[in-house]
Parts: sequence; C-alpha cells; structure tokens
Amino acid sequence: MIMTNSIADFFNYFGEYHDDLLIMVAQHLQIVLTVLAISIIIAVPLSLVLYQSQLLSSIVLAILGALYAIPSLAFFAILIPICGLGMPTAVTVLVVYVQFILVRNTLAGFKSVDASILEAGRGMGLSKLQLFVKVQLPLALPSLLGGLRLAVIATIGMTTIAASIGAGGLGTLLFDGLRMDYAVKIVWGTVLAFLLSWAANRILLIFERRSLKKSRGELKTAIRN
Amino acid sequence: MTNIALELVNITKKFAHAETNSVTGVSLTINEGDFVTILGTSGSGKTTLLKMVNRIYESTSGDIFFYGENIKKLKVEDYRRKIGYVIQQIGLFPHMTVEQNIATVPKILHWNKEKINARVDELLKLVGLGDEHYKKRYPKQLSGGQQQRIGLARAMAADPQLMLMDEPFGAIDAITRQNLQDELINIQKKLNKTILFVTHDINEAFKLGDKIIIMDKGEVQQFDTPYNILFHPANDFVKQLIETENIINRLKVLRVENFVQPLTQPTKLADGVIHNDKFLDDVLAKFFETGKKRLVVIDDQEEPIGEISWDQFIQLKKIQDNVVRLDVQKKNIRRVNDHD
Ligand SMILES: Nc1ncnc2c1ncn2[C@@H]1O[C@H](COP(=O)(O)OP(=O)(O)OP(=O)(O)O)[C@@H](O)[C@H]1O
Ligand SMILES: [Mg+2]
Repeated sequence: MIMTNSIADFFNYFGEYHDDLLIMVAQHLQIVLTVLAISIIIAVPLSLVLYQSQLLSSIVLAILGALYAIPSLAFFAILIPICGLGMPTAVTVLVVYVQFILVRNTLAGFKSVDASILEAGRGMGLSKLQLFVKVQLPLALPSLLGGLRLAVIATIGMTTIAASIGAGGLGTLLFDGLRMDYAVKIVWGTVLAFLLSWAANRILLIFERRSLKKSRGELKTAIRN
Repeated sequence: MTNIALELVNITKKFAHAETNSVTGVSLTINEGDFVTILGTSGSGKTTLLKMVNRIYESTSGDIFFYGENIKKLKVEDYRRKIGYVIQQIGLFPHMTVEQNIATVPKILHWNKEKINARVDELLKLVGLGDEHYKKRYPKQLSGGQQQRIGLARAMAADPQLMLMDEPFGAIDAITRQNLQDELINIQKKLNKTILFVTHDINEAFKLGDKIIIMDKGEVQQFDTPYNILFHPANDFVKQLIETENIINRLKVLRVENFVQPLTQPTKLADGVIHNDKFLDDVLAKFFETGKKRLVVIDDQEEPIGEISWDQFIQLKKIQDNVVRLDVQKKNIRRVNDHD
C-alpha cells in the first residue's frame, strides 16, 4: 500500500513540478557543459606542452592527481572564501578535478602516436599546426574522447554536490529532499542524474568507437565494390 | 651542364650527451640526377647523415647547400616540401586512405582537386598499384610491400627534386624487393630524380647506385662509382667490404654501358645484342646462350651504340684500363659541354 502510494507520489510530483525539473536538468547540463568546454580548452594545449617533457608531465600529473584526491565538499569549502557561493566556484572546482582525467588521457593519446608517423609528417614539410590538426589530433582522438566520457560522467555526478554551495542543478533536489526528509525529491534527483550520465555515456561511446576505427583505418565505408 | 643538387661541407653531428660523433667531417657533392646509395654497417651514421639533409637533425657543424643555397637560411617547411622522404618504418598515416596519404603535400601546397586527383592516379600507376580500388584503402588493408610503394608514391607527390630514402626495402622479401628495386631504377631513369638511398645491403647499394658513399664510424670511406670502388678501393675498410663479393657478384653490379667499345665491324641481323643498361653477368649469360664472341650493344631506341667482345671480357684488367680511359674521355666531353 505504502509502496503504490510512493510510486503514485513519484509520478504526481512530475505532473506538478515538471517545469522545475526541466529547469534543474537544464541548469545541470549548463554547468556540465561549461565545465567541459573550459576544461578541454585548458587540457589539450596543456597536454601538448607536457608531451614535450617527460619531467614536466610527471610533475604536473602528480599535482593534478593530488588535487583530484581532495574530497569535493572540502574543495568547495576551501574556495568559498575566495570565490564566494554559486556557480563560478562550482565550475572552478570541477574544472580542476576534470583536468586530471582529461590531461592524463589526452597525453596518453599523443604518446600513442608512432614516432615514425610524426617523422614522416615533419619530413614532408607539415608545419607544427598542420601536423597537429592532420595527424596528432585525429590519432589521439579516441583516447581524448575516452577521457572526455569519463570526465562527463564524473562531472555530472559531482555537479549534484555543487548544489550544496548554491550552484543549482539536480543536486538541489537531493539536498532539498534530505533537508525536508522528502524521498520523492531524492529519487527524482537520483533518477535524472542517472539518466543524464547514462545518455552521455551512450552518446560519447558512439563517437569514441567511431574515432577509434577511423584512427586505425578500419572504417567499413573505405572500400567500395 | 650538370647542376649540383646537394653539397655537404664538413658536416659533423654529435648528439647531446653522446660521447663520440655520429658523423664526422663529411664533405661531398651530389649532382642533379645522380642515384647515390649510402652503404655502411649498423651504427655507421647513415641515417644520421640522411636526416641532416632534410633537417630532421641539425648538424653540429658544417654547411649543406641545396642548389647553392644554405639550407639553414631556407624556411624549413618550404625546403622539406621540395624533398621526398621515405623512412624505413614507412610511416603512412593510418587514419587516411591511400589517396589521402599521397595527397597530403599537394593539399598543403593548395593544388586544385583535379590536379591532385590526376597526380594520385599517375603515381599509383607509376608504383604499380594503378587499380582503382587501391585508392580508397587504408594502409592497414595493404601488404608490407604495397605500403612501401605507397610510401614512395607519397614522397614523390609534389614532384620533389631530391629524394631521401632510408632503407625503404629493408623489411621486404627478396622477390618483392627485387621488383621494387627494378621499379625504382625505372622511375629514376624516367624522371631523372636525384636520389640519396641508405642501405646496408651491399648488393642493393651496387645495383642501384650510380655512385656509392661507403661509411664507417661516421666517416665517409669512399665516395665513388661502383666500378671504382670495386677496382680502386680507397682503403682497407673498403677492400675488406668488397672482398666478400665473388666474381659473379662483381659482374652483377657492373653496367654494360661502362664497357662499350666502338664497333669494329658493321652490324648484321645475325649479331647477338645486349641492352646497354644490362649488367656484365647478363653479358656472360648471353655469350654462353648465343655462342658468339661479340655482342652488339644497343640503347633505349634499339640503336647499336658499340660492342662488347669475349676477348675484352675475359681480360677484366684490360677492360678496367679501357674504361678508365673512356671515363676520362666522357669527362672531357662533359667539360666541353659545360662551357656552352
Ligand atoms: N637520436 C640519437 N641520439 C643519440 N645518439 C644517436 C641518435 N641517433 C643515432 N645515434 C647514434 O649515432 C650513431 C649512428 O647512428 P645511425 O642511426 O646514423 O646509424 P645507421 O648507420 O643508420 O645504422 P643502422 O644501419 O642500424 O640504421 C650510432 O652510434 C647511434 O647510437
Ligand atoms: Mg639507420
């Protein structure tokens, strides 16, 4: 009886508050996408720089790894005095977190490109930029996208915690639910966050697999007849 | 008038942290249209020397001139686009089709589409992969020998004046290798490219090279024609190197064109003939096959240009002297031509 009640409550809540839920999903996505955009803009050039120096890359990866190990709640707490409450603080923290995942994978991608392929490219007169765009990036892409996928899933999860410092998003549902002891909100928050992660994972996996096939020269469309 | 394609002046390379030089004091001049092979044991500095030419490595000291210009003064990308580079590991771009691989340099040179397509077709035909369906394949879908051919085609795409090739046929079985060697000789003849070709296979070096650079311990031991290396080795190292070759192998690397004598009598239909780009072992076979004491040498147009006789043949010493004299004559003729 209680069970069916809860299920009914669950759906009734949607009927009543679907606008709010959609707004929270949108907010959540906004944070995630902002974090990812900034992170990629930092991570790809950073990885390229680190690719030049073994020493530098082990130092930077150690630092990023250490930052990644700080619990997110503690990280938010440290940054609040500096950046204040709200979305900018949340985005900052998440960008720092995601660097570790993205840089590690992107760097691995660049390193996986065979030295002889790069030498052939340089030898035929490709400039640094041309070599990057035509050769290094497409060949590192599968690894980069693999990192991106992990980063997206981690960001979607951590963004729920960012609601604790007033950044908005699906975490708001969770924290409200906890405060008000209202399970329906918690369940909605969980289900939506899960669906977002699941969908992001599926979509990115498609791109990742495609780029992997492309980089290996295994696309089926290659040979006609 | 022969142009000097490449001039190396006292080139030395010492890698950072290395104890000794990898290449020491190399000076040599390579004429346009020369097919030069670089022969030496592993670690003798062949690759290092080659890579200094296209500035993959910068020389520690010395200068390299490309058609008279110091390559340090040229914009490195522009300079490299004039040079075809084939590396031992092939280095095809795995994410690009055969067609895209070959079109890489023409594309960055902004050729138009039709010109690029025509060029790709032309090159694929040239390297013996003219079948339409190869174009859309990825490198992975080709055999090692086919990949090597595509590497060659890609290096020639923008019609470079100079080709650098680092043991391009190293990893290929003997038969395919011979085919590729023959094709390369044909291509070089047809297009008159200047080629620098690294190998540690003595037969390959003698078969392909108009001239051979013999290297040991980072230094050039001798830079000369196959003939002079066999008959006038510059030092003990070279002597030892060629002593491993028996008489038949020596014949295999000596071209008929170096031994042509003036015709002693008018040519007849019944004469045995031999093409001037054949080698002396072919001549020997022809003598046995035809039972003749005299063969008429013909050129590409099948015109008789001289003869080669059994008596002359069995006295290699005599042949040698004659050739030296012929060489001198040729040089004199060249000099006369150079003046006008
Ligand atoms: N990048 C480098 N750094 C330091 N030393 C090098 C480097 N490349 C080559 N060497 C050294 O320079 C010497 C010549 O090497 P190189 O590769 O030119 O030889 P090689 O004649 O091409 O030999 P192989 O036939 O084995 O290819 C070797 O002693 C090698 O160890
Ligand atoms: Mg080498």
